[in-house]
Amino acid sequence: MNRFALVLLAALWAGAALAQGLETPLPDPAQEARAQELHKRIRCLVCQNQSIHESNAELARDLRVVVRERVAAGDTDEQAVAYLVSRYGDWVLLKPPFNGRTLLLWIGPALILVAGMAGVALYLARSRPTGPDLNPLTAEEKARIAELLGEERQG
Amino acid sequence: MIAELGHFALIVALVVALVQATVPLIGAQRGNDAWVAVAQPAAYAQFLMAVVAFFALMHAFVQSDFSVLAVFQSSHSLKPLLYKVTGVWGNHEGSLLLWILILSGFGAAVAAFGRNLPPQLKARVLAVQAMIGVGFLLFILFTSNPFERIFPVPQEGQGLNPLLQDPGLAIHPPFLYLGYVGFSMAFSFAVAALIEGRVDPAWARWVRPWTLAAWCFLSIGITLGSWWAYYELGWGGFWFWDPVENASFMPWLAGTALLHSAIVVERRDTLKAWTILLAILTFSLSLMGTFIVRSGVLTSVHAFATDPARGLFILGFLVFVVGGSLTLFAARASALKPGGLFAPISREGALLLNNLLLATACATVFLGTLYPLLLDAVSGDKVSVGPPFFNATFIPIMFPVLVAMVIGPLLPWKRGDLSGMVQRLRGAFLIAASAGLITYAMVSGTSLVAVAGIVVSVWLIVGSLMPLVERAIGRGASLQHSAGRALALPRSAIGMAFAHAGVGFFVLGLTVLLSFQTEKDQVLRAGQSMEVGGFTVTLRRVESVPGPNYVAQRGIFDVSKNGTLREPALPEKRTYVGSPMVTTEAAIEPTLWGDLYVVLGDADGAGGYAVRAYFKPFVHWMWFGAAFMVFGGVVSLSDRRHRVGAPRRAKVDAGSGLKPAV
Repeated sequence: MNRFALVLLAALWAGAALAQGLETPLPDPAQEARAQELHKRIRCLVCQNQSIHESNAELARDLRVVVRERVAAGDTDEQAVAYLVSRYGDWVLLKPPFNGRTLLLWIGPALILVAGMAGVALYLARSRPTGPDLNPLTAEEKARIAELLGEERQG
Repeated sequence: MIAELGHFALIVALVVALVQATVPLIGAQRGNDAWVAVAQPAAYAQFLMAVVAFFALMHAFVQSDFSVLAVFQSSHSLKPLLYKVTGVWGNHEGSLLLWILILSGFGAAVAAFGRNLPPQLKARVLAVQAMIGVGFLLFILFTSNPFERIFPVPQEGQGLNPLLQDPGLAIHPPFLYLGYVGFSMAFSFAVAALIEGRVDPAWARWVRPWTLAAWCFLSIGITLGSWWAYYELGWGGFWFWDPVENASFMPWLAGTALLHSAIVVERRDTLKAWTILLAILTFSLSLMGTFIVRSGVLTSVHAFATDPARGLFILGFLVFVVGGSLTLFAARASALKPGGLFAPISREGALLLNNLLLATACATVFLGTLYPLLLDAVSGDKVSVGPPFFNATFIPIMFPVLVAMVIGPLLPWKRGDLSGMVQRLRGAFLIAASAGLITYAMVSGTSLVAVAGIVVSVWLIVGSLMPLVERAIGRGASLQHSAGRALALPRSAIGMAFAHAGVGFFVLGLTVLLSFQTEKDQVLRAGQSMEVGGFTVTLRRVESVPGPNYVAQRGIFDVSKNGTLREPALPEKRTYVGSPMVTTEAAIEPTLWGDLYVVLGDADGAGGYAVRAYFKPFVHWMWFGAAFMVFGGVVSLSDRRHRVGAPRRAKVDAGSGLKPAV
């Protein structure tokens, strides 16, 4: 029974594969290279953050074909991308565009870093010993300390 | 019957956890020793019950007992035994049970190995641990009972997601969970310390080994997941910055920061409030990872549950845990007086820089992961935040970390000077710079980013390992003497050097892979060949091969290089019984310089097959680097100070600076 199921499955699979046909690279290598670069920028809509270039999902393949068609039809990169955005929205771009809606996203990391740096600076400033060091160590004392510390570190 | 036993064990575990969460806490507060003493046996009992429940579920899976709903939904009688066992956590309910098992296991480990913990602190830690346990037990019992029966009993199960039927992925979740849940220890210790109002070097010394162990497990878990993605998912990618990956990466980043700030607490008795906060945040991020994966906010191979009630429960629990602990933190943090002072250029300063940058990196990943959800909720706009965003933000933040990782460990505590560093690290810098220059000169088309990556990775490897060698060799010591000295070096120092060098190996592999990978797409008929990375790949034939529960289309490719025939490449496409999903099994041939990677695509119906082949140089250095990092962690974990790890609170030996810290 199981063997029969497997054979049936294999037959179905082969049939499906035949029906799907195959995506073919563009005849012009320069155009194909451009199409492939574009594929890397476009999200496979049913995957998790995979580009259509690196996904083996059906939909990714369909989109690859669409991109190739646009490139073959003479679209520039921007036109091809704009075409996909008009159909699927910004969602289709792996790199979110820089605009009002994504402002916080793009400047967020810098804001966080600056805030963190301010926090650290404040911490260091507050924890600094108060008042100038009125009785600095002599060179001799410093040498002695370095020697002692060096010994300890070896031990 | 056995399933009911498992269900019953879970109920008992809940009752025990409720007792463990309250009685010892009250006892510690009132100084009642008998109540304090309840914590230990309760922790053992809770663990025992979790073990019983877990094995009851495993029994159901191994026996293919389809009267249990979870088994019916994610198992199949034809499935190999390995995947019947791992199927236990290949579904929502079972993975929660695994989570509970590990959580109570950590509790039992504290009870068993924490003999020298002050009894009150131990009681409080175990009580907090049990509170988390109560949350998860309520969750599993009321929303996700793994032992639920169905009637009539189905003849056959629905099968496990084919993508999960893979040895790498089968052991990926347990490691990930050991990491996530391991951070609960740091959390419980942090909350217990806040309740006590005392954080001192001894506290940090108890927390560090648990955090380090959790970090090692999480590193293994993430690496396994990434490796799996490399050979199984799609076409050779290994990290997509997808929310589920990020969910595990955020606790890793925060945990790495925690690992380092706890050193400062242990050695210098300062940065205490920050360390406590990090401990809370690290575990909160682990919980959030669970929330992201389980709530159905995202749909992917990882998201087993799409039931909003469950998401709501986890969200409520998350708010309770994070909100509660942060409130406690706000109330008590001011009591944590900072200890030793330090100058900006010092070991403390370097560790602070590490924390600043790792925290920023973590926050960036957080922002990128949640932004699409937030934007959708606020305005209904949909955007994708993909790899280009993270590459543009995360990498620049991490780059200074990589540079500073070599310098920081050589700086003395309190106050150091950079000019001395320049002296000591001149050699490492020269080697790194030459490596970059040589690559630039020898390999055409090397980008400046690639040069920077190579320089910084060599700098990391040499700069981390060289001081170790120098310390072992010393001045004019004999070889024998040196070997003895190398072994006598503190394990924590060796472990640190290894872990840092491991990061260097990883970055080297990553840089070379991303800069010099070659790729070829072609349609091949039998007998035709293609060239990639100096290899000739020739399609012989494609045949159908039946597997235990799938049928594979297997391509047979001859592989040769410079006229020498090598092992044939055998990529497959598998179609599983009872699932429409087709999985790709890439053929990967490891060579000294990298992997040859061949994927079989679709047939064109006229005898041709789409084939994609890559040469992925240095990719194994990434896996090796990650493994080396973990190895460093394990070496450090074996340090006497961690093992004996038994500072009495009264003894003020910690921080005396006798040994260089990790």
